Amino acid sequence: MLIRPKEGILDPQGKAVERALPALGFEGVEHVRVGRMVELEAEDPERLAELCEKLLANPLIEDYEIQTL
Amino acid sequence: MIWGVLQFPGSCDERDALHACSLLGEARLIWHEERDLSGVDAVVVPGGFSYGDYLRAGAIARFSPAMEAVAEHAEAGRPVLGICNGFQVLCEADLLPGALLRNEELRFVCRQAELVNAGGGRFSIPVKHGEGRFWAPEETLDEIEAKDQVAYRYAPNQNPNGSLRDIAGVTNEAGNVLGLMPHPEHAVDPLTGSSDGLKVFEALAGTRV
Repeated sequence: MLIRPKEGILDPQGKAVERALPALGFEGVEHVRVGRMVELEAEDPERLAELCEKLLANPLIEDYEIQTL
Repeated sequence: MIWGVLQFPGSCDERDALHACSLLGEARLIWHEERDLSGVDAVVVPGGFSYGDYLRAGAIARFSPAMEAVAEHAEAGRPVLGICNGFQVLCEADLLPGALLRNEELRFVCRQAELVNAGGGRFSIPVKHGEGRFWAPEETLDEIEAKDQVAYRYAPNQNPNGSLRDIAGVTNEAGNVLGLMPHPEHAVDPLTGSSDGLKVFEALAGTRV
């Protein structure tokens, strides 16, 4: 699951990363947003969205994306 | 009045909360695995780092047996006070509107703050948190302002974390559940700079139906 702050919500962590990049010679990088990735093995992938809604993400402030392998 | 103060693994302010409550009545600790709040009039969900704040602050604590009991307690119209991490837990549990995000400046803040309540009264109470930026969608902010659910704001130019509309504390619609980021339990004795915190406890106790 990829979980990231919703569009429009200030992400100070992303901003801090963005500000640090030019000092390292990485120019032209914008709109950095820092989220998190959760890896898991599930017997029933059908329930993963519910799992995201209830625990892994806070749907008020975060979007999530499920990738199954 | 009998106060119950929850204790999660990782709580760290429950002793001060217990002390504050004992100045106003009888106070006892409630371990997070307890499910029974009978005999308790008001509940305090204290500050700290419940369950290590893993995933998101308050996200795991809300599923504890004690929090199930707190939800029923709140539903019954009885007073619940969430302080700092406790506020985060109550938001995660949908007992209060909004969410608490990482401070705008990314730094943990620890200092005395001036608060203003809905009636214009001023309170000097410490803040200490890294994730205290109150956030809610614009329409929710309008709604909670219209319904007088904004209990405390940071005084002008004192917003320590980038909270929208300077919001420091909110209540639920019924007014019996209050959450705030500042720590009233650390301000109950003039020896430590202020006793304004007691007024927060007293205000909540007065909401009892």
